[in-house]
Amino acid sequence: MESVICPPAANLSIAEGYVGLIFLLTVGITIFGAFIATTSKSLIRCVAALALCFTGVAGIYYFLLSPFVAMMQMLIYVGAVSILIAFAIMLAEPEDQSGSSSNGSVLAGPFGASIGALIFAALSILGVKTQWQSFPKQGSGDIEQIGKALLTSHTMVFELISIVLLIAIIGALVLARKGRN
Amino acid sequence: MTILNLYNCLGTYLVIAALLFAFGIYGLVARKTIIGMLIASELVLAGSSVNFMAFNRFLAPDPTIGQIFTLFIMAIAAAEAAIAISIVIAVYRNFKSIDTEDLVDLQG
Repeated sequence: MESVICPPAANLSIAEGYVGLIFLLTVGITIFGAFIATTSKSLIRCVAALALCFTGVAGIYYFLLSPFVAMMQMLIYVGAVSILIAFAIMLAEPEDQSGSSSNGSVLAGPFGASIGALIFAALSILGVKTQWQSFPKQGSGDIEQIGKALLTSHTMVFELISIVLLIAIIGALVLARKGRN
Repeated sequence: MTILNLYNCLGTYLVIAALLFAFGIYGLVARKTIIGMLIASELVLAGSSVNFMAFNRFLAPDPTIGQIFTLFIMAIAAAEAAIAISIVIAVYRNFKSIDTEDLVDLQG
């Protein structure tokens, strides 16, 4: 099977070249945000970089032909989860961890970096070298079909996720309220 | 394949997802505060979501299933973040710290 996954581009038009540039910018934003979010010392800077990274991921979803999921990513991750983490940082006010480098955690940085590099190398080699087989598409995957699939073939999961969210809300309230005087 | 045509390739998205996943794993191992580990776990979830969406775009016969997976991952991540943050606040109230090296007491 020839690689329909990555068609060769002999002659790109100008518009496609601009699209490619915007894609590279999106990927750059994502990777830069992820890098800052995992390596910065200041936690509030980490959260800001996480929001930046999620914005880049939303752009990647847009390039993957699903603007609805991109919008949901902006709403849920950038709008809700990042703000929630920022609230937690302001409520818990963690001190900067510059002076608290005790023994036992000295190896954590290089250990984690080597594990991350190994995982990245293995997964990307696996993803690039494999001969993926694609199948003919059935339908376009727009928002109408997502809604129909959510309410017909995935109804059980849809109901279960609402129960999970309800339990999570109640559990969060109970946990945060318990030690309060 | 030129560098400007990368957005049509499956491998590009898989490499991005692997990079996000690896950053998340590094953060989970190397971070010293609970909130830092929470941020890293969000990166892991974002990497898996990008993988689902890439396979959905390029390989899957039904192009709604990956989007539904990603939407459910978002819901799970929101619930997880809410629970984790209430745990962080409860821990901070008891220990006056969210450093993982201070949280070494068990009840008993």
